Amino acid sequence: MSGPGDYGGTRPMAPYIRHALVFCGLLLLALLANAARVQVVEAGAYGDNPANRRSAIARYQQPRGNILVGGAPVTGSRDTGEQLRYERTYLDGPLYAPVTGFASQRFGSTFLEHAEDRLLSGTDPLLSQFPVWHDTASGAAPGGNVVTTLNARAQRAAYQGLRGRKGAVAAIEPATGRVLALVSTPSYDPARLSGNGTGATAAWEQLNADPDKPMLNRAVRQTYPPGSTFKVVTAAAALDAGVITDLDAPTDSPDPYRLPGTTTRLTNEADGCRDASLREAFAWSCNTVFAKLGVDVGLGDMAATAGAFGFNDTELRVPFAVAESTFDTVVDKAQLGLSSIGQYNTRATPLQMAMVSAAVANGGQARAPYLVERTTRSSGETVAGGGTHPLTQVVRASTASRLKELMRDAVERGTGGNAAIRGATVGGKTGTAQHGVGNTGLPYAWFVSWAQADGAPEPAVAVAVVVEDASADRGEISGGGDAAPIARDVMRAVLGS
Amino acid sequence: MTQAGTAPPASRTAVPRPRLPRRRGVELALIVLAVLLSVYGYCAVGLARTGSVPPGAAGYGAGLGGLALLAHIAVRLRAPYADPLPLPIAVLLNGLGLVLIYRLDLQTPADRAAPAQLVWSTLGVGLFIVVVLGLRDHRVLQRYSYVCVAAALVLLLLPILFPAVNGARIWIRIAGFSIQPGEFAKVLLAVFFAAYLAANRSALAYTGRRLWRLQFPTGRVLGPIVTIWLLSVGVLVLERDLGTSLLFFGLFVVLLYVATGRTGWIAVGLVLAVLGAWAVGHLEPHVHGRIEDWLHPFASIDAGEGPNQLAQSLFAFAAGGTTGTGLGLGHSTLIGFATKSDFILATAGEELGLAGLAAIFLLYALLVERGFRAALALREPFGRLLAVGLASILALQVFVIAGGVTGLIPLTGMAMPFLAQGGSSVVTNWAIVALLIRVSDSARSQYDGEEAP
Repeated sequence: MSGPGDYGGTRPMAPYIRHALVFCGLLLLALLANAARVQVVEAGAYGDNPANRRSAIARYQQPRGNILVGGAPVTGSRDTGEQLRYERTYLDGPLYAPVTGFASQRFGSTFLEHAEDRLLSGTDPLLSQFPVWHDTASGAAPGGNVVTTLNARAQRAAYQGLRGRKGAVAAIEPATGRVLALVSTPSYDPARLSGNGTGATAAWEQLNADPDKPMLNRAVRQTYPPGSTFKVVTAAAALDAGVITDLDAPTDSPDPYRLPGTTTRLTNEADGCRDASLREAFAWSCNTVFAKLGVDVGLGDMAATAGAFGFNDTELRVPFAVAESTFDTVVDKAQLGLSSIGQYNTRATPLQMAMVSAAVANGGQARAPYLVERTTRSSGETVAGGGTHPLTQVVRASTASRLKELMRDAVERGTGGNAAIRGATVGGKTGTAQHGVGNTGLPYAWFVSWAQADGAPEPAVAVAVVVEDASADRGEISGGGDAAPIARDVMRAVLGS
Repeated sequence: MTQAGTAPPASRTAVPRPRLPRRRGVELALIVLAVLLSVYGYCAVGLARTGSVPPGAAGYGAGLGGLALLAHIAVRLRAPYADPLPLPIAVLLNGLGLVLIYRLDLQTPADRAAPAQLVWSTLGVGLFIVVVLGLRDHRVLQRYSYVCVAAALVLLLLPILFPAVNGARIWIRIAGFSIQPGEFAKVLLAVFFAAYLAANRSALAYTGRRLWRLQFPTGRVLGPIVTIWLLSVGVLVLERDLGTSLLFFGLFVVLLYVATGRTGWIAVGLVLAVLGAWAVGHLEPHVHGRIEDWLHPFASIDAGEGPNQLAQSLFAFAAGGTTGTGLGLGHSTLIGFATKSDFILATAGEELGLAGLAAIFLLYALLVERGFRAALALREPFGRLLAVGLASILALQVFVIAGGVTGLIPLTGMAMPFLAQGGSSVVTNWAIVALLIRVSDSARSQYDGEEAP
């Protein structure tokens, strides 16, 4: 051992100490450079990694904004005290499920919960008072609210009308396009899916396995053959194209009608359809007359009119996407004839048929349907209005007024008698669509209608109802028997509001 | 006072040496600042998590302030020329560590670590005071170098008798307390290395064989020290504590290089390191897993098993960004296990951001630099090597664990000095700072205006 006075000879040490210090400096630089890499350069990618729970934690840190019907929220939030803190709750969940959808911590979100998610969760830059600052400021704004166009009474009337059956109702205010009711049954309580626990998973599996498909939004995501209700479109095309000029003139229609180029003979449920006038044919829903009418109008005009009503539109959003309703444009004459009575490849969502009824009721003009009246901050200030919904001329005003007459006749003395409302003018059209291989399935019962209160300047509501498992009696009557009373209750609810 | 005993023979001349300012006032001011910053952090955590200033804020400030003040008084009494920076830095890092542990405690109410950490900090400061007051001259330690190495080996071997905890046999449990004897062994080994190398540096430097431009030492001089080193590393591999093993190895190479100036040592060290890393990485599954995690931190996510600790740590750092989420507002508890110990830096990184992390790194760097500065100012080799050794322990330890949790190098369990939960570590680090204070006091009190070669 060296003594205290030993300097280790003359050998210098200072340069090597400095080298070691430089080495430590390099270690520091490496740490700093790597920290900058992780915290700045890679920060975005790490933050977006789906396994990183932070975005989910931030998302559920605060109560979600609400969806309002008639000024009152139909949703809520529950503080669970868990890591993902707030969970969605619903008042009348099954009633409004086709509108709200669900907002699940595990399974994502659907419908309004999905379409308006950024607003509801508070991440929409529009919610910030200082939008530019929003990107840099940490923490989201309080979730905004979505005010819907729904009419609570109409919604409830539709839901009660469908209770225990499979079907859907869509109701629109013809003059504006506001969706007043959107119901699909059987429904489900979206609150069951809100959490991220085993309960939500079990509910998810059960709902998905359910053969009745309770999570299917039949009002906007399911298309059905519209059957005779499509005759409104065919009649519109015939009137607009000038193929029919007089509602009461007899049409040159055989009964049964042999579809052109085939040996298939089309018949009717009702009697007296041979050479029936358009009024009679519409009131008694003569397949022969309308199939021939479609062929007479021709593919071009039929497709144009169907398109003007909204068929073959893949873009429609209310604000969530609506399934495309179809009118096949690559058909021969026989297929065109079947298409014109709502069979073959003609398919429509209940919302689409409500739009047809609304365009007729509104003098041939249509506005795109929408569900969101406006969005607000949590404080109530408006963030955005419903936006302008362009008006389109679907059919001529004269055509519309004659169609209204036909629909009114159908209710007053035809197949739609069950839809009549005291104190209001109601126009409607029944439909019974066969489906299944060899038409073995239970028919779909349809009813489309509009109603105008006596003394009101214009119709206040247009509605379409479809009941999937209509009564086994496969008569034309089922459209009027099963679906028309539901439509009547919905229209009455709107007129009474 | 001390300068009488430490006055080097250089003061033969009759001319009075220029005296360096003592700077105890600066130290006190910085200590006050450090305590205030810690109390502010404590309050910020409370405000962020519960919306109110935590009730213990005053007590916490008084406790930390009192401890720091006692340490300061000890320095005033027995090390008046000591460097004014190490003590405030230690107080700030210890205070910040307590804040971070307290903050994490709020999310794990069943497992509160801050009170115990405060007790250990008190013990650490107590040891600091004992060392500063009791150790008049660090050169005394030179006489006990073989006692030190024997004690170090005993401490390293002790945990083998105890059950493994989380795959590593580095803990001993006595009366409910977990102690990591390897932490204390670090300081003892540094003392031994410094003493041995100071005595034998000429022999190590000048004898041996020259190979190309590198000079290699003879086996006779090399023998004892390599034996000791192999023994300690072997023990660590048996205990599966790769971090401490890496630390000892780095310490050994740095001190050898500084003592002899021979680049050959670095070459030998690198070859040994590569061989060792390769062997351990291939033969030891625990270490192999760590290397795989380092290379592919998100492999467990791709495999559908969710993020592992390292991935969660990286997420935490990334979430901090430049300025951090703010104290108490991050989610570093997602890391799960060892958030308060090995991964404490992730909480700092998430809640204080790159800015705060860089500040913490710079605090450590400053502490290390003060150690090296004392080494440069000293004139006798033992003190110089001791100062370099202690500073290197800090630097290497910070690098190994900070590099590990940020994905720079494979993760090895190790305590972030002063910040991390762990009694042995806190006490040891206070001892290191005490020795640095001691050494710097010697250096500055005998300063004669010239720098030693």
